[in-house]
Amino acid sequence: MELYELTVHELVDKLDKKEITITDIAKSYSERIESKEKDVEAFVTVTAEDAVNKAKKIEEEKNAGKIDSKLAGIPIGIKDNICVKGVKTTCSSKMLENFVSPYNATVIDKINNENMVVLGKLNMDEFAMGASTEYSYFKKTKNPWDLNRVPGGSSGGSAAAVAANMVPWALGSDTGGSIRQPSSFCGVVGLKPTYGLVSRYGVVAFASSLDQIGPITKDVTDSAMLLNLISGYDEKDSTSLDIEKKDYTKSLVNDVKGLKIGLPKEYFGEGIDAEVKKAVMEVAKKYEEMGAIVKECSMSVADYALATYYIIACAEASSNLGRFDGIRYGYRTKEFSNLKDIYINSRTEGFGEEVKRRIMLGTYVLSSGYYDAYYKKAQKVRSVVKKEFDKLFSEFDVLLTPTSPTVAFNIGTRSNNPLQMYLADICTVSVNIGGLPAISVPCSLNSEGMPIGFQLIGNHFSEDTLFKTAYTYEQNTNFRENKPKFVGARY
Amino acid sequence: MEITREEIMHIAKLANLKIEDSETQKYVNNMKEILNFANTVNEVDTDNIDTSIHAVETFNRFRKDEIHEFGDRDILLANAPEQENGMFKIPKVI
Repeated sequence: MELYELTVHELVDKLDKKEITITDIAKSYSERIESKEKDVEAFVTVTAEDAVNKAKKIEEEKNAGKIDSKLAGIPIGIKDNICVKGVKTTCSSKMLENFVSPYNATVIDKINNENMVVLGKLNMDEFAMGASTEYSYFKKTKNPWDLNRVPGGSSGGSAAAVAANMVPWALGSDTGGSIRQPSSFCGVVGLKPTYGLVSRYGVVAFASSLDQIGPITKDVTDSAMLLNLISGYDEKDSTSLDIEKKDYTKSLVNDVKGLKIGLPKEYFGEGIDAEVKKAVMEVAKKYEEMGAIVKECSMSVADYALATYYIIACAEASSNLGRFDGIRYGYRTKEFSNLKDIYINSRTEGFGEEVKRRIMLGTYVLSSGYYDAYYKKAQKVRSVVKKEFDKLFSEFDVLLTPTSPTVAFNIGTRSNNPLQMYLADICTVSVNIGGLPAISVPCSLNSEGMPIGFQLIGNHFSEDTLFKTAYTYEQNTNFRENKPKFVGARY
Repeated sequence: MEITREEIMHIAKLANLKIEDSETQKYVNNMKEILNFANTVNEVDTDNIDTSIHAVETFNRFRKDEIHEFGDRDILLANAPEQENGMFKIPKVI
């Protein structure tokens, strides 16, 4: 078995037993990226050459007893909207094509404190707006299970890189499903943490009240390990919550006896592919067999969540993206005679079509005359969504739904129809509106051999319950024995 | 839900974007379709419901008003499209 086929906890175990070295790991991944990147196109910036040298140095220091972190030398891939000092952070946009991060995001400081190795920056939909990574200015990332299909988005590069064994794990960001949906499309595990659990300092803002950074991993154990590392209060993010830090690996217990699981019927209705529905119902049956109490429930406002989400997200985006003006950083037009020209032409030339569409929508719903009908109304519906979740969590420990209404679709089939693309988020957006944690776990392949994922939604700060529930499923099933055709190896 | 070309041009102006005449119709069509969909929020009964700005209710959190020097002015300026004498450069305004 190749090193790149292992999970991070398996790598750590082998390092502990001195069966492998930190340099072995870095070399294995460098070669893997070298051989697979031309087909998958997951990276915007590769820092792997650096990675081998860095690994050698870390190894020397570890051998000399100067470093004692178990994660020292473990590689990681980073979505290209998270700042790594001295490395480009492009958000897959022409606007930031040449932007070099002047500082580290807080999550990167935490990664550096462990002496981990950043392998590179991963492709995404421009400014995280999209569900297929086709809206990247640079390249279209392919799904490792079928190179004609999208990896999902917006963290498509992160999910594809993990599934293709080009990184052992990665960080993504999730505003409306951007970690969970690509994880589902690529057959990997993706967690969107509770709003406020992980610092957003150093992630380029899309919709500030919805954005969260989270792990994309090969299995649930790695997800818990990475959340342990990145979570925690940060005074640099005013929405980061000062709560007691948990050790999530302690929740990796194989037991769901008596756990109450709700199946909100609105997530199994029209628009959900029959094979996806069947697969997720089988997951529910499996949980029942393992001793959980599974019951249908209802979340009547779910049908309005997507509309609410797009109003709020676009409104916040139009405000957040106002900072791109061609003055302090980012793209500046060549065509100007005055300051106003710089603003307008830099933005018009620097932003892609979908980003401009969302800025326009956001500006519209915030503009005089429409504010009450759209934005204010959506903020009220947001309260209704929260109330309905509160009610459901007084009865259930977790909710089980599909992560995505379909499996990964073919490249080019939705990119010209914005509304059709938005529908890809239908199962995931409520979670962001409610600020809840949710995890996507792969469960089976459809008749075309494409992965299907299920989503577990928990109450605020119940990541431990999500991990326990997901872990129990994983321990009693065998999804990871499936091998993506293209990868030619388990991952 | 109707949206006119004039409205599209007005919104573009507010957003500091330029939309070519040839693109206006596409924007009208896209925006109309999406706004019709967005408009479904008005079917939800929100009488006696307050707005939520955030998902998790947080309160003002105060910190000490201390200066923390960033320290590396050059690295910040290095990203500027144009700079002079340690300052961002823009065309003459007045």
